[in-house]
This record gives sequence, C-alpha cells and structure tokens, in this order.
Amino acid sequence: MGVSKTSGAELTTRELRNLQRLAGFMVPADAAYGVPGAGDEIIFADIVQSLGRDAQAVRTALAMLQEIAGEDFCSMGAVKAEAAAMALLGRDDPVVKALGRAVLQCYYRDDRVLRSLNIEPVAPFPKGRLLEQGDWSLLDAVRDRPQMWRDDRDGQGAT
Amino acid sequence: MTASVESNMERPTDDMVDVLIIGAGASGAVMAASLAETRMKILCLEQGDWIKSSEFPANGRDWEARRYADFDFSPNRRMRDTDYPVNDDNSIMKVANFNGVGGGTILFTAHYPRMHPSDFRVRTLDGVAEDWPIDYWTLEPYFAENDRITGVAGLAGDPAYPLHQPTMPPVPLGKSGTRYAKAMNELGWHWWPSDISVATTEYNGRAKCINLGHCTPGCAQGAKASVDITYWPQAIRDRVELRSRCRVREITTNEHGMASGVVYYDPKGVERFQPAEMVILAANGVGTPRLLLNSTSARFPDGLANSSGLVGKNLMLHPWPQIAGYVEDELDGDRGPMTVMWSKQFYETDPSRDFVRGYTLQFNRGTGPVNEAITSMIAGRLPWGRDHHRRYRELVYRRLQIGVACEDLPEEHNRVTLDPVLKDGHGIPAPKIDYTMSENTTRMMEHGIARASEILGTAGAKYIGCSRTLLNSPGHLLGTARMGLDPARSVVNEWGRCHDVKNLFIVDGSIWVTSGGVNPTSTIQALALYIADNIKKRLATLFD
Repeated sequence: MGVSKTSGAELTTRELRNLQRLAGFMVPADAAYGVPGAGDEIIFADIVQSLGRDAQAVRTALAMLQEIAGEDFCSMGAVKAEAAAMALLGRDDPVVKALGRAVLQCYYRDDRVLRSLNIEPVAPFPKGRLLEQGDWSLLDAVRDRPQMWRDDRDGQGAT
Repeated sequence: MTASVESNMERPTDDMVDVLIIGAGASGAVMAASLAETRMKILCLEQGDWIKSSEFPANGRDWEARRYADFDFSPNRRMRDTDYPVNDDNSIMKVANFNGVGGGTILFTAHYPRMHPSDFRVRTLDGVAEDWPIDYWTLEPYFAENDRITGVAGLAGDPAYPLHQPTMPPVPLGKSGTRYAKAMNELGWHWWPSDISVATTEYNGRAKCINLGHCTPGCAQGAKASVDITYWPQAIRDRVELRSRCRVREITTNEHGMASGVVYYDPKGVERFQPAEMVILAANGVGTPRLLLNSTSARFPDGLANSSGLVGKNLMLHPWPQIAGYVEDELDGDRGPMTVMWSKQFYETDPSRDFVRGYTLQFNRGTGPVNEAITSMIAGRLPWGRDHHRRYRELVYRRLQIGVACEDLPEEHNRVTLDPVLKDGHGIPAPKIDYTMSENTTRMMEHGIARASEILGTAGAKYIGCSRTLLNSPGHLLGTARMGLDPARSVVNEWGRCHDVKNLFIVDGSIWVTSGGVNPTSTIQALALYIADNIKKRLATLFD
C-alpha cells in the first residue's frame, strides 16, 4: 500500500494552473544551486498525483489565494502574484501547512533536487546507509560516575 | 448495549477456546508466546493486518511522504480501514497508535529504556500519586527475559540504572552522538548510549541494522524488534492461533458475572461470538477502556470491570517536547536509528526544583530531506520564495534534536470515554479523549526545554527552537485501568486480574499506576511476562 493517489481531475483546470504557478513561487528554480522550481512539469505532476489526504485542504488554500489575489491569479503580473502567494503562505492556517507539505514531499524526492544536495536518489532499502561509530572515548568521562538511581529498597529514598 | 449468553446464540458461534487475547501488539504477543507452553487452546483476535516487510515505506522513493499518510502516527489521518477514529479534539496531545499484528511496535522508535526503581515508589519517595503494588525488583528477571527474546542493543554500566546487560553492542554514536557527547561532557552532565531494540548484530534470525533511516515507520530490513517478528513467530510455532482483521465489539459475561467470550466482526464483517474460558485484554491504554466501556450489561451498567469508576481515568500521555538546533557541519541526518543516547541527569526528584519527579533527555539524530523541509516549514525556520534554497542548505543533515520525556502523573480528569456520536467502520462507539497538562508537568517540561536548549547551544547549534506538544505525541497510552491492591482504587490486582471479573485480565499500558519518564514498551512487555508467569503458577486456582 503506497500513498493514496488522487487524480488531477479532482482539481479544475484553473485550480491546477494556479497551483502550478503558486508552487513556482513557493520553491523557485535557482540556477545558482542548479535546481528546478516546484512548478517544474515533472515535480508538479508528482504533486498533483500525490495530493492524497491533503487534496481538499489544497483546494481550500487555492480558494483563499484567489480571495487574496482579488483577480485571476494566473493572469496577474509576477510582482502582484508573488505578493499574493506570500500573503497566503504567511497565514498560520492548517490548510496552508497542508499545501506546503504537499509541495515539499514531492520537491525533495526529485532526482535533480536530491543530486544537488549530494543525496543519492534511491529508496533506503535494500542498499542501506553508512553510519560511523563516532568517538566512544567520550564515554570515559561518564563511566566512573557514582550511582544516580534511587534504591527504593533502603527505605529512605535518598540518592 | 448488552450481551448475554442467550443473545449470543443468535450469532454464528466459534469453538470454545481456553484463552482469548484481544490485540496482537506489544503485550498481547508476549502473553501468547508465554502462555503457549501450557498447551491451552489460545486464540488472539487482532483488528489490523499482518504488515509485510515489503510494505514498509523504506522500500520506495515515497518513504518519507508515507509518514504523513498510511504510516502516519494518527489513526485519524492514517484512516486505514483497520483503524478506528479517536476524538482527541479536547486534548492538547493527539493519540498515536497503530492497529496491526505488532501493534504500536510496528510504528515505534525502538527506544527501549526500562522504568527506574523509583518510578514504582512515587508516593513513598516523593509524596505524589500512588505506589505500584509491585516494584522494579519483581520485574527485574522479566526485564532480562524480555531483553533476551527481543534483542536489545546497549551498553552495561550506566550509573543511572541498576546493572543490566543488553544483548548486543550499542548503536553507533555517529557524528550526531559525538557532537552531543562533547557538549554533555563540557556541561558535566550524565549521558549514556540508549538501550534500543534494534539488532546491531544478527540476532535470532533477524538481520542486522543497515541504517535505512529512522525506525519509526517500520523496518524493511527486519532489524527492529516489532513483535510480529519476535514473539509472534514463537507463539505461532507453539500453535497459538492468530486471526487478523477481526475487531472485537464487546466482552460478554454470563450469569455468574464471569467473562464468557466476545462479540466480534470477522474479516467479511460478519458479527460472530467467540466463547472463551479466559479473556486477556491487550488493546492499549485507549482501546482497552473503550472496549470495557462498550461492554455494558445489567450487571455491569457502567462498563465491565468498572466498579471503581476508574476505567478510562488517569490517562497519561507523556508530554514530549522536541528541541531542535542546527550546526554548521553535516551530521547523521536520517542515517541510522533515530535515538542515539539518553541523559538521566534530571530524572530523579531534586527538592531544589519547582516540580517533583523528572524526565529523560532523548538525543536524536536528524531527519531526512523531506521531513526536514516539512517540519522546518511548519516551525517557521524554512522560508518560502527566494531565500528557500540557501536556508534549506543550512538545515538539511545539520539538525540536532533532543526530546524531553516528561513523567506525566495520573489525574482522573484526564480520561477516555465513549464519544456519543463518532463510530468506527463497524458502528462501534469511538473513544473520546479529555486531557490537560498539570502544573507540575508544565514546570517539568519547561525545565527540560531550557536544559535541552543549553545543551544545543553548547554543541554550537543555531536556530534553536521547540515544538512543545502538537507534533510530538509519542503514542504512550497509559493508566486507564490501573493495577492496585484496593478494588475501590484500581481496576486490576497486582498480577493483572480484574477485581470485578476474575477470568478477565488486562496486560497493556492501561494497568500502569504512574508513567515514569521513559518510553514504555520494555516495561509493558516485562509486565506481560510477569502476569503470564503468575497465570501459569496459579492455573489451579486462577479464578478463585
């Protein structure tokens, strides 16, 4: 059983357009880091396919965005559209957090994004990962401490 | 809702069993495996599924996202058809659980500390709550036996505990643990590698840990000791029957006031009656009181085994704030078991503080790329827009995070009741949680947050912030059918038998008198072994 998928058909064409533009403002492409934005076609397709339990919350967030924008979000100029997006994202509202989760869970599993972070884009199993032992000599400072637990058998309860 | 022998005749009735266990999680599995040697006919009914290792998230690229979906902590978000809803709107902490063979051990961090000796003597030592009717020393041999069966990684010699010997070497300190340890030594505070129920070597047929990521949403490698791969194979080899996808609606009683069996829904949704000579409840600190309160009859109008009125009361959830900070160097991130070490520096009562009892500091590694982004977004550390990428690169694989495991004392107003409206998929009334945090716990929590922040600062962390409760429900569901010697002040006696119904036993976290400041699974399982041993020793007079 994987993450429940929703069809993009659950969002209207207008909602999809708005969501893609909004995602591009949330996590923009950045040439300096060599990463696409969250509005990238591949990443956006993953977002739409993976809305799952958050689909309704995302629809609600998009309706809030439209209300903030006051006009068609996709037709707005870039400066005004970005301002509307940031106004939405600044709200402390569960549906905005759900929108953020829906975008980030797909953005940070994209191969190109992971490679830019020097993270191998593979499932953890079966390869596994390396974990170094670390410096166990640091425990020497603790080994000789006196007993810390209270012995309830002495009837005193003293340390 | 009432059920009698007569009305049960209207339902399909299964063959009588000697022992019926409700719930296949941490304690139910222990009971099944331990009682199997009696050769009694033992059946366990579990409402959830067997989860195959190939179904765990670590098998796929969406492994982090599934922590927010079908492997979410909350049954209300997870919404598997094997889950039941929980109304926790009136609680600052949310209920975490997992319904399936293995129960909560499927979805736990595998942090495996024992309770401390003082935890069983809080009235005597600190003048609060009530003492347990048993003590650490009673449980000590059962802790050891449970460690042997489960397989525990750790290191003997911790001055914060009576001497005990973990069965495998500790999990690596790694970069994160080394960083913590240097800070703790600089502060002069206690730390020790945690006891963790993860195989660091091959163990009883289990493969060793290969650091797939945090253990919480199931271990695809099979290194984490969830009971579906520890106790259950042993129990099934010994001919215990386990039926999954069978949800119990109520426990029935006969004309003598003894448990006669259960009404349950089979995998096809057919309502059936399962008769039993003895019933053992192992459905966790929310599921167990829910079932008892749903099992009313003329003789037990307030719910079964509830003459004390304490069924569902004294719920303890373990407030567990998380304090995170970020260093400049790359650390372990999600490579390896989440928890690396603990500190008991502030565990025992100190009269100079403004609270009694204490807490464990649980030192965690960081987290994976998706979870880092989501949790930092929610915490306000990770901005949207043009500065997103620069800040994210200051965060990913650079997190240190300390949990404060606060002891939560019993209060009767913290409770599980039945929701008057909400029901599960079979129409069974769902549990409702009412929970607030006491002044003592709040002061304890703030003390722990301040100390954890101090540690992170000493470790060179910046962006130090705290998530107090909402994201950190640890799924420790305790105290709602507590044990004791006085039937007026407890639900079960000192070996798990209900005062009111002498062939009904409770073995899960419900029976805890107090909660300690530790993850409970090790102690829940030791208690179950102890109760099973008592049952075996008393078979001839068990119901007297």
